Amino acid sequence: MVELLEQAPLKLGQWLVARVPQAWQPVAGACLGAALIVAVFAGLFALTTWLERKGLARMQNRPGPNRVGPAGLLQPAADGLKMLFKEDIRPFAADRWVHTLAPLLKVVPVVCALAVIPFGRHLVALDLDAGLVFFFAMGSVTEVALFMAGWGSRNKYSLLGAMRAIAQLISYEVPLALAALTAVLVSGSLSLSAIVDSQAGAYPGGLARWHVFTPWGLAGLVLFFTATTAKANRAPFDLPEGESEIIAGHLVEYSGFKYALFFLGEYLLLFGYSAVGITLFLGGWRAPLVWLEWVPSYVWFALKLLVCIAWFIWLRGTVPRLRADQLMHFAWKFLLPLGLAANLAAMLWQATADWTFAGATPVRWALAGGLVLVPYQILGRSLMGEAATLPRRYRFAE
Amino acid sequence: METAFQLLAAGVLVAAVAAMSLRQLVHCALCLVAVFAAAAGLFLTLGAEFLAFAQVLVYVGAISILIVFAMLLTRTRAVDPADLSVRPRALGIMVAGAVTGLVVAAVLASGALPDKTAATPAVPVRELGRELMTQQVPALLAVGLLLTAALIGAVVLALREPPAATGKEPRP
Amino acid sequence: MSPLERYLIVAALLFGVGLAGALTRRNAILALAGIELMLTAVNLNLIAFWRHGGHDAGAAGQVFVLFVIAVAAAETAVGLALIIALFRHRRTVHLDEADQLRG
Repeated sequence: MVELLEQAPLKLGQWLVARVPQAWQPVAGACLGAALIVAVFAGLFALTTWLERKGLARMQNRPGPNRVGPAGLLQPAADGLKMLFKEDIRPFAADRWVHTLAPLLKVVPVVCALAVIPFGRHLVALDLDAGLVFFFAMGSVTEVALFMAGWGSRNKYSLLGAMRAIAQLISYEVPLALAALTAVLVSGSLSLSAIVDSQAGAYPGGLARWHVFTPWGLAGLVLFFTATTAKANRAPFDLPEGESEIIAGHLVEYSGFKYALFFLGEYLLLFGYSAVGITLFLGGWRAPLVWLEWVPSYVWFALKLLVCIAWFIWLRGTVPRLRADQLMHFAWKFLLPLGLAANLAAMLWQATADWTFAGATPVRWALAGGLVLVPYQILGRSLMGEAATLPRRYRFAE
Repeated sequence: METAFQLLAAGVLVAAVAAMSLRQLVHCALCLVAVFAAAAGLFLTLGAEFLAFAQVLVYVGAISILIVFAMLLTRTRAVDPADLSVRPRALGIMVAGAVTGLVVAAVLASGALPDKTAATPAVPVRELGRELMTQQVPALLAVGLLLTAALIGAVVLALREPPAATGKEPRP
Repeated sequence: MSPLERYLIVAALLFGVGLAGALTRRNAILALAGIELMLTAVNLNLIAFWRHGGHDAGAAGQVFVLFVIAVAAAETAVGLALIIALFRHRRTVHLDEADQLRG
């Protein structure tokens, strides 16, 4: 029964592919994978917009969308229809080709990037040897799309927004890669399925051997998701859009379906980075406890992805937007050195893996944890300046 | 594979010519992105998977963005209309044409090229890493130093000079 | 035409286009872009030789390209910083106007 559920999507796919003529089967298999990824993630996108609006509304003491369908669940469909029927405006001065191609270039690479992620024990569309590099390469193509959107619109807010966005994306690429490097270092592979395999097994007591349950893994996870928040343009790092300052930045001149495409691309990027974070540190499709392994692997992956999305929504509802200089300082003076420290800790962890004497584990924990926590304290204090040492004051409450 | 090679080769060359001859600077930069992407595709047809991805990551994600940034920061006019090239433009094109012709003729005429069609098997990334970390360690260290030096050098060069840099000594 | 020759010819043509651009464009940034094109052509050559060279040299060809990519990144960063410094001094990025040794 367990095995049947686990194999169900694979078997269904094979059965479908077997329907087409022999010569076309490889093409059909690839198309099926691509169609599945697009369909599932477009559906998740719709669900997330609803979740986000509902969740934010709850945090702000208002009901949120509640008119279309039960509990407003059909709101995404209504929004999609509205987007489709809107007039597609292209500014008179805009560069026709650049303006039109930008939304496409935003969405297509992200969909490609999703292909390398192992969503379940047997569910990976494209198992590349250098899968992680492929993912980051495809993720970085969206920077070009942002620039094209900003420059092609011939609007100074667009251009300003695009410049901000690119500076931010490039800056946060570095800590993101460093955080991912910790898991690569210990797993010894760039292939995402091999990284999941390296997290197999369990500690005594049934806790799975995920990377996050090590000091460097915890640091890596926190760094990775912080940098992801910035890479995916989410609050509190949503300066490129900053609708209260530069009226949505590079999106100013887009309307209708192109605007929807940009949003789709942004959310898909968020899902993609979350999925990679899950794969690197949270055990991919593996169950957290050994006696829970009867639940199919793809269910675990979906659950973890939903938890990540909920975390991002919570973060957006809680933290105010940063200033541009704070953003840069945070990336270069805090996340980057901390990423290096996490890598050092991972190296130490790996080098001491063969320690067998009694009490080796607490010593390893203390050493690796110290390598991360001490820089965290020092860097955090220097980033905060005086405010870190003075008692906290509630300026507006007094 | 055959069709892929032909399409990508044509794409590389057309985009390269466009990148070097268009008037609007930003269009040139975007064509450059296309060249780099198509070149990565050519790497893929040769079985160099890791390098193709590294090419996209470094060239498309970083270098072309840097170029675009420099274009926007140093723009006096969006388009410089009249003279796009140095005066003896024909000379430059002739030199380039001569070099290209010479190399192509040499490739076609050379008997020294191995005419085997059998290809080296694709190398897994693990092998690449091992090679990098055993035989090529001095080169790797040198590249690390070079990149650090370039990082610091670029920051120092592009740093705005402080207003007090007029030759006067700062007051003690 | 053997597979190796085809790649070499594409690379030669790409190199030629890059050289022509580097020699004829006035804008310093585009001259730098031309040099990048030439480096890409060289990389293509190296990989083609690694793949079809008919020898057993392991991953040496790929490692070489990796180093070229790293050096190209460093070169671009410094080159563009130089161009921005030049622009700050002389309000131009045209190569034929940057003809003085002292700024």
